[in-house]
Amino acid sequence: MSATPLLSVKDLGVVFSTPRGALQAVDGLTLDIRPGEILGLVGESGSGKSVTLRAILRLLRGAATVSGQIHFKGEDLLNAPERRMQQLRGGSIGMIFQEPMTALNPVLTIGLQIEETLAAHGLRQGRARRASAIELLRQVGIPSPQSRLGAYPHEFSGGMRQRAMIAIALAASPTLLLADEPTTALDVTIQDQILKLLKRLTSELGMAMILVTHDLGVVAETCDRVTVMYAGRVAETAPVETLFAAPRHAYTQALLRSAPHGGTPRTMLNPIQGQPPHLAAPARGCAFAPRCDFAVAQCSTARPPLEALAEDQSSACLARDRLPPWRAA
Amino acid sequence: MTTLARVFRRTRSMSPPLLVGAAIIVLMLVCVAAPSALAPYDPLAFDYSALLQPPSLAHPFGADNFGRDILSRTIYATRIDIQIALFATLAPLLVGSLVGLIAGYFGGWPDLLLGRIIDLVLTFPFLVIVIAIVAVLGPGLINMYIAVSVVGWVFYARLMRGEVLVQKQLDYVSAARVLGYGSARILFRHILPNASRPILVYWVTDMALKILLGSSLGYLGLGAQPPEAEWGVLIADGKNFFTQAWWMTLFPGAAIVLAGLGFSLAGDGLADALDVKR
Repeated sequence: MSATPLLSVKDLGVVFSTPRGALQAVDGLTLDIRPGEILGLVGESGSGKSVTLRAILRLLRGAATVSGQIHFKGEDLLNAPERRMQQLRGGSIGMIFQEPMTALNPVLTIGLQIEETLAAHGLRQGRARRASAIELLRQVGIPSPQSRLGAYPHEFSGGMRQRAMIAIALAASPTLLLADEPTTALDVTIQDQILKLLKRLTSELGMAMILVTHDLGVVAETCDRVTVMYAGRVAETAPVETLFAAPRHAYTQALLRSAPHGGTPRTMLNPIQGQPPHLAAPARGCAFAPRCDFAVAQCSTARPPLEALAEDQSSACLARDRLPPWRAA
Repeated sequence: MTTLARVFRRTRSMSPPLLVGAAIIVLMLVCVAAPSALAPYDPLAFDYSALLQPPSLAHPFGADNFGRDILSRTIYATRIDIQIALFATLAPLLVGSLVGLIAGYFGGWPDLLLGRIIDLVLTFPFLVIVIAIVAVLGPGLINMYIAVSVVGWVFYARLMRGEVLVQKQLDYVSAARVLGYGSARILFRHILPNASRPILVYWVTDMALKILLGSSLGYLGLGAQPPEAEWGVLIADGKNFFTQAWWMTLFPGAAIVLAGLGFSLAGDGLADALDVKR
């Protein structure tokens, strides 16, 4: 189980300097992803999920300062030369986006955009390149791929575009796929298809995936392990069954309690009171303490460390042993 | 389907301004391609029996003070004026787009420098600075092209920079970076085609402005030089005889108006067709 991680992120910090002061978007984030597994990255809007993905590929520039360590297959990504990063992006590490409507270049055909990725990474030539483009479209479930090569993005529906995006991301056979809310912009039936497709592709191609989402249902259905983020920090990491069965962080519990459950009609939802903290002033203690029902004085003075527990679970919560017994809904 | 039928189908889907503008431009291109087929006389041939003759069947636009046929001279002048429309805009289009592309994409000090240069150029009235440069270099078409290009590229650079700033925020550019594409590939293959529509529209409109500018400078004696037929030069020739021979200025003037109208209409129509907001 504890194989060497494919990607290991240690103590990652991302600070955006804005005209109104520094924003700590990601704060001491640590996570590992093992070969072939699907890791869910969950959290509210602004909890730093997407920023983390972009930091891994070093796509943040200008106003962002990144600290900590990111190692991919033992290679230090934060200190790699830009040229090497270009090889990795779209090569060993693919990424897909939330908005398939805008993530494709409107003036190039789908076929050209796939072939271009192959070309940029020096893979295959001429006919063979075209053949692999067709094969990729077939792989992501686009019907009659041969005739779709010449189509422009506007001729595709949302779901089809997301499939095309996935095909482009897979072109260079990456070992890690970063998926930034890939289903948020799609309607529910298509969401399900795309998630099943991603799950199938990861197992078929032996590829690992980080799936960023704020939808716990998606996590339960798709992921092997989950990392819960709050205010740019890791609250809890656990295998997916463990997380839903026995959450060991007050925030995770509150989050699970706030989600609607099927089968129990007419019960009130339990929202988490209050707002997430403002990132301009990182909390000295636990970022969740002001909204937490179980907080003690110590919670707001000392930052709880991320401690490894049994069964591959780790949690940064001082109250984890005082939480009420959790019955899985 | 025959080519002609296809052309007909294409033109039917064009908006009226675009159609009219395109028709005027096609008419002028015909004048450029085969002036000898359209013009009844040699534009430079003197005819002392026809001095200052008013419009007639023999000379539909009349004749000038050397008996030269105004219609023929107006047709031949199209050549110079279309040449002005192209040569006075081509270098600004290419250089300005490239500079705007680079400044907009990379930002930083090239962008700051460009901003200051644009401010500096915009401080001067366009015509005044062009005339000043031509005055230093000496009159003539080539020097006029140089003067117009030295000033004109900033407008394209400004437009392109703004467009690139919009485009580079879009997801497909992040996607291109995520796929490991180099800056050159992203700039020229992805951003440029998407950012070029407003620039193309401006280019067409700018040709109208440059025809007006070219004839203004020709009129002032700073552009095309007599005896070469150019609309502005023709008007300048006619101004001394305005009270006796209004046709010497009216018809070349009408040609300028028509050319300006044609390119403006085409520019507007193109803007609508390409959905460019202005």
